[in-house]
Amino acid sequence: MSHHSAPTASRRDFLKGVGCLTVGFVMFGAGPLAAASAGPELPGSLQDNPRINAWLEVLADGRVRVLTGKIEIGQGIRTAVAQIAAEELDMPLERVEVVLAETGRTPDERYTAGSASIEQSAMSVRYAAAAARQKLLILAAAQFRTTPGRLTLRDGAVHASSGRQLSFAQLLGGQQLTDEVRLPLPLKPKANYRYVGRSIPRDDIERMVRAESYYVQDLRFPGMVHARILRPPSYEGRLASFDTKALQKAVPGVLQVVIDGSFVGLLAEREYDAKLAQDYGRLHARWSGGRKLPADKPLAEHLRSLPAVEKRTTDKGNVDALATDATLRASYFKPYLMHGSIGPSCAVALFAKDTLHVWTHSQGVYPLRDSLAKLLKINPDNVHVKGVPGSGCYGHNGADDVAADAALLARAVPGRHVRVQWSREDEHAWEPYGSAMLFDMAARLDPKTGQITHWQHELWSDTHSTRPAGSPEKLLAAQYLAEPLLPKPEDDFSGGIYRNSEPYYDFPAVRVDTHYVQGPLRVSALRSLGAFGNVFALECFMEELAVKSGQDPYEFRLRHLTDERAKAVIRKVRDMVRTEKLAPREGLGVAFARYKNKAAYCAVVAKVAIAPEEDGATVRVRKIWSAIDAGEVINPDGLRNQTEGGLIQAASWTLNEEVLFNAQQVTTRQWEQYPIFRFDEVPLVEVAVLDRPTELPLGAGEAAQGPTAAALANAVFHACGKRVRQLPIRPEKLLA
Amino acid sequence: MDANLTLLVNGKQHTLRLDPATPLLYVLRNDLALNGPKFGCGLQQCGACMVLLDDVAWPSCQLPVHQVTGGVAITTLEGLAAPDGTLHPVQAAFVQEQAAQCGYCLNGMVISAVSLLRQYPKPDEAAIRNGLFRVLCRCSVQARAIKAVQRAAGV
Repeated sequence: MSHHSAPTASRRDFLKGVGCLTVGFVMFGAGPLAAASAGPELPGSLQDNPRINAWLEVLADGRVRVLTGKIEIGQGIRTAVAQIAAEELDMPLERVEVVLAETGRTPDERYTAGSASIEQSAMSVRYAAAAARQKLLILAAAQFRTTPGRLTLRDGAVHASSGRQLSFAQLLGGQQLTDEVRLPLPLKPKANYRYVGRSIPRDDIERMVRAESYYVQDLRFPGMVHARILRPPSYEGRLASFDTKALQKAVPGVLQVVIDGSFVGLLAEREYDAKLAQDYGRLHARWSGGRKLPADKPLAEHLRSLPAVEKRTTDKGNVDALATDATLRASYFKPYLMHGSIGPSCAVALFAKDTLHVWTHSQGVYPLRDSLAKLLKINPDNVHVKGVPGSGCYGHNGADDVAADAALLARAVPGRHVRVQWSREDEHAWEPYGSAMLFDMAARLDPKTGQITHWQHELWSDTHSTRPAGSPEKLLAAQYLAEPLLPKPEDDFSGGIYRNSEPYYDFPAVRVDTHYVQGPLRVSALRSLGAFGNVFALECFMEELAVKSGQDPYEFRLRHLTDERAKAVIRKVRDMVRTEKLAPREGLGVAFARYKNKAAYCAVVAKVAIAPEEDGATVRVRKIWSAIDAGEVINPDGLRNQTEGGLIQAASWTLNEEVLFNAQQVTTRQWEQYPIFRFDEVPLVEVAVLDRPTELPLGAGEAAQGPTAAALANAVFHACGKRVRQLPIRPEKLLA
Repeated sequence: MDANLTLLVNGKQHTLRLDPATPLLYVLRNDLALNGPKFGCGLQQCGACMVLLDDVAWPSCQLPVHQVTGGVAITTLEGLAAPDGTLHPVQAAFVQEQAAQCGYCLNGMVISAVSLLRQYPKPDEAAIRNGLFRVLCRCSVQARAIKAVQRAAGV
């Protein structure tokens, strides 16, 4: 099973004496055979962890080990970074191994989030490998008494024209490359690529279909204890009484009950006994208090009525004319959405010899280490956190919380591994949801030209990020201890609230007013954060303006754009659907966004069919097309897979999903109450990738979310003439 | 309360001392250390825990283990590949189509597809959607999964 050891001698800084490496090349033009130069600055992850051996190690057997601070969450980062490293080092792909996020082992890259795995981690590996290549050439040149330019890299060795060769391991003599990576730095010419830009299959998918041990849920340690957590029926509920003797009698397999305030852990040798104990506890524990939830009026109204902290997040030109001369006004709403991981959160922890070890599917092992150290009041050096893949998370789900649960319980049974498995209800009811949002839109069109002259976007939302980030109080368990740690209210505008609220279109006057409110439910980062709601509102409103002024939806968008890459994805997706035929009550809808206004460009067209009103007006998504430009593409099939998944997932959010609550608690506590798409609802999807090999790679994993929602709402409008502005687009909203 | 129970899993007999009410999923994962069937909901709603009972895909999370003694052939994902390691055509097709992201639901999809193809070797798209209906996938690779089943069936 996995183990951990202190960094070995192989990582000692033997080569420091050679000094810092900067090899400059004069480059002529950017022709296909010229070496591509590194970008103007190094990725942030590399600036934070500048040494080559933070990112790659040469193994004695000639293989190369790549270290990434990111975790595999289904995005295929393991394969992408292996491709990058193998490419720059001219190694066979199968001789590159990848180590994922682990404290004390891999670089600290904070969170695997924001579609940044390629932009940050993979690009850091690229530059580190390019620097390693140069250093290996210099070392070999000294050995062979020649110049680096006369040497080549092949299969993990440096070759001279004489036929002599030395493997990387021989050149380093058991040491590692400890130089800092600095610019300028020649990169391998893209025209010579063997791996990057190709759809290299992910090798972990075969491991998955063979049911090899892969997930944190698969970890098994000798003597491991199984645990479940008993949570209150309501937020902030307090434990009044729990007769643990009666529990022991009813479930004799219970090993121990850990009660700290209102945090209750149930431990058993056998997992089934832990489950039975949880079932028993849910029926017999008594709770008091609990926060009352505002179930007495529509959530949109409630959000608007809350005290708000306000900030003008975009202010360009003067929009005062809208007060008297708006062409159109409309309000939109997006409810709370669930991450809905198929595998509920799980973690294993061991407290041994003053050190806490945690195996987790958290998106941030280093921040979690610091949070857990503070929670347990121990030194962070005594906390070791190893990332192990879990079920896909799509943002901040219960992963960090369950790790805290496991840590607290491991302290109660030192020397034994404790595996905490959340139940389905735990995950559905306690995960931090994607925030509900409300939008008021207004715009003015020039009556002569049909161009938008003024644009206003006003939004109400809670934060979109409450990641622990090194603090303990955002971990769920911390809030329920006898000495609770409670998050302080914060007016945090950095949490993605207004992401993509500023239009990418070229409007002369734009104002965005952001109202930060504290909504009733626990929330945090869900794939694309505020961009999903903001793009939904923005792109629906664009469509409404196009319709109102009788303009073609594609042309209307194109004439307000100046960025040719943005126009290209819209034109491409238009081409993809040009020959589509529509039956009665079928419709096509388009939408566009550039994620974060700086990452991938994505245009989406959805085709829907709506059943007749007398048959309930159910919406069937027939097909979704997308054109995406993510700059240089490392793995086209990986990008396609992420985009296809984004289209289908966002379609499910848009048509089906809404977290519901009554005055006491969240009521959508299992799949039957929170129905995500099943196989009969899933549309066909078609994704066109516009590869731009000479551009920087752009984060893409979240790009489809917002455009999909608006494309669907727009398609529904064109199919039946009903404009649904409140998600989800349930059939009852389409009845007269 | 514990009793000796004999199970036939992936072609091998196992006699285990267990609470007969224990759901099969817990026995497969914890007593037999199998990774194929996954815990997803414990409510028979998501299909992560699918196993084959003889030829029928069935969720194992609520199925008391005593109901599958007496020679019911229980097959998990581990039991699909040939003894020499060659993948079952359905497994191979999911790899070829790269029909996974996090892969947590793969078990349910593959087991359901194997069951479907044993009963209907040449399903059309609607039959495939129906055959995999019980399996939820949040990464949303269903479109690829449909292609994978078509590939395995040669349709």
